[in-house]
Amino acid sequence: MSVRRVMGTEVEYGISVAGQPQANPMVASSQVVNAYASSTLKARRARWDFEEESPLRDARGFDMSRQVADPSQLTDEDLGLANVILTNGARLYVDHAHPEFSCPEVTNPLDAVRWDKAGEQVMLDASRAAARLPGNPQIHLYKNNTDNKGVSYGAHENYLMRRSTAFADIVKHLTPFFVSRQVFAGAGRVGIGQERPKHGFQISQRADFFEVEVGLETTLKRPIINTRDEPHADPEKYRRLHVILGDANLAEVSTYLKVGSTSLVLAMIEDGYITRDLSVDGPVSSLRAVSHDPTLKTLITLKDGRKLTAVQLQMEYLDLAKKFVEERYGSDADYQTKDVLERWESVLDRLERDPMECAKELDWVAKYKLLLGYRDRDGLEWDDPKLHLIDLQYADIRPEKGLYHRLVRAGRIERLLTDDLVEKAMHEPPTDTRAYFRGRCLEKYSENVAAASWDSVIFDLPGRESLQRVPTIDPLRGTKKHVGGLLDASDTAQDLFERLTGGS
Amino acid sequence: MAQEQKQPKKSSETEEAVETAPETDVNERKEALDSDVDDILDEIDDVLETNAEDFVKSFIQKGGQ
Repeated sequence: MSVRRVMGTEVEYGISVAGQPQANPMVASSQVVNAYASSTLKARRARWDFEEESPLRDARGFDMSRQVADPSQLTDEDLGLANVILTNGARLYVDHAHPEFSCPEVTNPLDAVRWDKAGEQVMLDASRAAARLPGNPQIHLYKNNTDNKGVSYGAHENYLMRRSTAFADIVKHLTPFFVSRQVFAGAGRVGIGQERPKHGFQISQRADFFEVEVGLETTLKRPIINTRDEPHADPEKYRRLHVILGDANLAEVSTYLKVGSTSLVLAMIEDGYITRDLSVDGPVSSLRAVSHDPTLKTLITLKDGRKLTAVQLQMEYLDLAKKFVEERYGSDADYQTKDVLERWESVLDRLERDPMECAKELDWVAKYKLLLGYRDRDGLEWDDPKLHLIDLQYADIRPEKGLYHRLVRAGRIERLLTDDLVEKAMHEPPTDTRAYFRGRCLEKYSENVAAASWDSVIFDLPGRESLQRVPTIDPLRGTKKHVGGLLDASDTAQDLFERLTGGS
Repeated sequence: MAQEQKQPKKSSETEEAVETAPETDVNERKEALDSDVDDILDEIDDVLETNAEDFVKSFIQKGGQ
């Protein structure tokens, strides 16, 4: 009923090897992941447990056959690519041709930002560790979503939802929100279109790569609403909404508002609170039209005939969310719910007046302001390689090279977290989800953890022939409150297992 | 509609404040803003990759999700 729910982000990073544009990105990605694993893990490396994965299960109630699926959709096959589970509960691995950081499960937007930022630092350390490998490969990572040559890679969000909510309601009420959410969640992009882009600036990195309204695919014919139904929790009670259309954000406020507002809209959908029909006429073309207009004046036509800007459409959702929280909680709403509502309103008001007023908070505005500065000072056109370079280098995760980082250090971008909090989240799990159990097990009993996944930890215990699988099917169990004492009191994995199973 | 409801709220207060500000102040502020932007551009000039065209051309990715 608030911004709180089980959630998390997963980001595929752009990768390049300095001086070697033809380098194999799978090899480079594996080097990054393996170098981090070798430099941080104490003992054996736990495998990923694929038992509960079902990437072809469709939320609309059927399974796609493996024969008709594109090979890139078979994400549950262990291809021997690098894959590690970290002590903070995250998964660091190679997905397709990119290194990916999947955050541990968290329960609120600020923690989602915190572990998402921790992912950037893990990637930074990983690339530095890779540079110490034989041959000293200089592998650089970018938190962006396109190479501007026809290719896109994702920054997904996951939200745990009640199974009882009809999927059709999610599609109906979430699509207009997703079409317009980019006004604060966009990361900004130089170039318009997929392959051989036209010259110009647009709000979103991803918008031009979305082609259908609803679907199971993530790598081709990308849908605004993805139907992958792989809850990693009790499927009778929950679904995991897998959101694939977002941009990879560096600005903390952008990520915070993105997941916070989305979580609130989902709460309203679950509650049957949205009775207004805000359906958009032609959502795919509207998504692109909104992205292509940084003045934010483009009008979207609703199915009821009204014409609104994307900011005004967002204000409709904000208006509903404010009433929803007021009716359900009044002044008892939790701090983050109130904070998300206030920031969401403030950002929308300023975007409507003059988008440039949000240059300290939102990625696309910060990037746009920088680009306009260069255009003014140096008389550059949008086709100038320097402007394309600035777009790319904004997302370079190295603090000395990345332009986002330079803007932060110059006090030009607002932060919500401290370096210290982010640093801790590189190693420590959130305390209020099952990620706590997973992370602590890997930290304390790594020599006895054979494999793990979102919904299990598998132990290899002395004196037992078979592996022992501890299911973690409920994302809200295995928290510090539940098992902190147990973990503290168990010196060995054997101790822990006996305590968990009540002897034997 | 959201916009029509919002307009009256942003009453004359903010607009008057802008209107009554003497023009010289506005100009000075714009100059301060410009030099502010120039400062950061100078700083960023120093860290930009040297050959923009080569760099942009060689940034080639394989598809992802």
